[in-house]
Amino acid sequence: MNEIAIIGAGPAGIEAAYVLAQRGYKVTLFEKAADTLTNIRDKAYLFPDFSSAADLADQLNRKLQHENITLKTNADIVSVKGESGAWKLVDSQVNAYTASAVLMATGYTVFDAKRKEELGYGIYQGVITSLEMEKMIREGHIVNTMGEQPGKIVFLQCVGSRDEKSGNHYCSKVCCVTAVKQAIEVKKHLPDTEVYLFYMDLRMWGEHFEEMYRESQEKYGVKYIRGRISEAASTFDGKVQIKAEDTLVGLPLKMSTDLLVLMVGMEPSAGTRKLATDHAMANRYGFATSQSPLLDDNLTAEAGFFVAGTCKRPLSIIDTLNDARAAAQRIDEYMNTLR
Amino acid sequence: MKRYWNEYQKNIADDKYFYERSCIRQTFFPGSEAAFLRMLREELGKDIYDSENQHTCTGIGYHADVVPIETTMTVVARLFSLMTEAGYENYVPSCVTSFGIFSEMTEIWKEHPETLEKTREYLWKACKREFEVPKNIAHPSDIIYKFRYELKDKMKYQLVNRFTGKPLKVVEHIGCHYAKIFPEKGVGKAEFPYVLAGMIEAWGGDVVDYPERRHCCGFGFRQYLVQENRGYCVANSKKKFESMEAYEPDFIVANCPGCAMFMDKWQYTIAEMEGKTYDREGYGIPVLTYEEMAGLLLGYDPWQLGLQLHQVQSERLLDMIGIAYNPDEKYMGVSGKVLSTPEKPHNLLV
Repeated sequence: MNEIAIIGAGPAGIEAAYVLAQRGYKVTLFEKAADTLTNIRDKAYLFPDFSSAADLADQLNRKLQHENITLKTNADIVSVKGESGAWKLVDSQVNAYTASAVLMATGYTVFDAKRKEELGYGIYQGVITSLEMEKMIREGHIVNTMGEQPGKIVFLQCVGSRDEKSGNHYCSKVCCVTAVKQAIEVKKHLPDTEVYLFYMDLRMWGEHFEEMYRESQEKYGVKYIRGRISEAASTFDGKVQIKAEDTLVGLPLKMSTDLLVLMVGMEPSAGTRKLATDHAMANRYGFATSQSPLLDDNLTAEAGFFVAGTCKRPLSIIDTLNDARAAAQRIDEYMNTLR
Repeated sequence: MKRYWNEYQKNIADDKYFYERSCIRQTFFPGSEAAFLRMLREELGKDIYDSENQHTCTGIGYHADVVPIETTMTVVARLFSLMTEAGYENYVPSCVTSFGIFSEMTEIWKEHPETLEKTREYLWKACKREFEVPKNIAHPSDIIYKFRYELKDKMKYQLVNRFTGKPLKVVEHIGCHYAKIFPEKGVGKAEFPYVLAGMIEAWGGDVVDYPERRHCCGFGFRQYLVQENRGYCVANSKKKFESMEAYEPDFIVANCPGCAMFMDKWQYTIAEMEGKTYDREGYGIPVLTYEEMAGLLLGYDPWQLGLQLHQVQSERLLDMIGIAYNPDEKYMGVSGKVLSTPEKPHNLLV
């Protein structure tokens, strides 16, 4: 029997696997994709210190070389059944595995911006998502639809978060600081490009976030406008026209931009939705609910079945890694009760 | 453009419609309702009932706050009683504002069933009538959209410039009360309404996607009904014309009487006020109803359709498509006598 099965080889799954492996447990890590850490690989630099996402991915992947860890990629776990101390996992190829404890670390997926059709994503070329902007930053090639240096870039917060229309009332927590980070990156690459950022309120909750926000204005000249964009449209010369209300001055506003960057929020991944539903712990949005967010945030109603990371709610990478270590601690405690 | 909005489709009844006339459309576009009935009966072979006992839906009074909602509900109920009495279940109101009124009242009845019971009581007290709530409420533009390919098979012309062979560039505009009150009640919903765009594309034209596509036509009941506010109406129409001008549209089509009328008439107003027109030659951009657009392509006589009653005249568009017409019959009445001809505007060419 595998001692511990972890579903999802993102930062939560890998970090928990490593902590448990160091404590002597045999861990099998199941990843449905062909590779690990897909959500981190999408990024260029990480807030708040602008460290390289690729470096973090490499450091996390090195942890997988621990002798007690077995990684199985292309292994999409579709069923987890059992009871305390005896769990059976089945993947989409109908391979069965057993484990004494299971950690669900199935993570998130980004909001599909096409669901906000008024913002024109998938319709107008100049409308892109924060993921696509991250790719441009990663490649050092930030261009408009004509392949030229953009004169203006507009970022829009809360796309698919805190939003009645999409049904996602929650805050995705990382978009505010990600937009500030991306705005700074744009200005570092293209000092002459005008950068605007539309927001409802800026939630700079983490260490050094507020300083980044201040620096983006004072050092880089990023302009912040409080208001949501109501619609985007294409102009005759191929730019994107946006309409919004500047709620600080109380006036409607219209401007055209080369690129409109939609800061897409987090939603539960397909794997998260399925496992959370199967185990009767899906909240109204499809995320997994822990037993208690205060004292037992890695436990579920089923003994031996644990949760960690963004399968529960939007979290930053920093919080995800800490949560994974906490989950490993709770699993260790649980495994000791089986002896 | 990609068409993610195609996933939004509404339920539109197949046949057996009760038609409700509009109070203003027969004045502004006198041939449109007749053309719709002709298309349904003669081209599509549908059963559509045209009652002689119709009356207002109260829409304009309701939105101007001079008709209380209980009165509107009772008047709506009387119209539904005509449908019930005639043995129909699918209601088709000609006017977009009426469509909004019927959609709104039936939704309120659904959410607050006690208001439906009250309305039944009021109607009975007022005129001893009873009614059923329609099974399906569709705007006539929904029905034309639904059968756009069947109509295409019978059309003599396409939305193609016969001189260049290129598709005509068409600006489409839906009424606010079609999909902005209840987005799911409009084909394509509110952001990318597809009801008119679907007709244009099916019949050979290109839809102009200009920046102010969703902006108000410049009607707006509360603005227009107060004379002092009418400058605001003109300003909104102007904003749309300026936005579409660069795309050089061949014509505009709308499914709301207010939109079609104001986008047509304000072109005259702006030309008189500022000497500005939004086509190259100074004739303005013709504005059609969707029935006029379909009727022209089916080969109906432009003067029978009532195009001579528009402010911006459409001969240049007819010539572009290759539609035959007799200029001598433009102002001819049914008696065969030529009626008086309108005065020419100072700046807008006709």
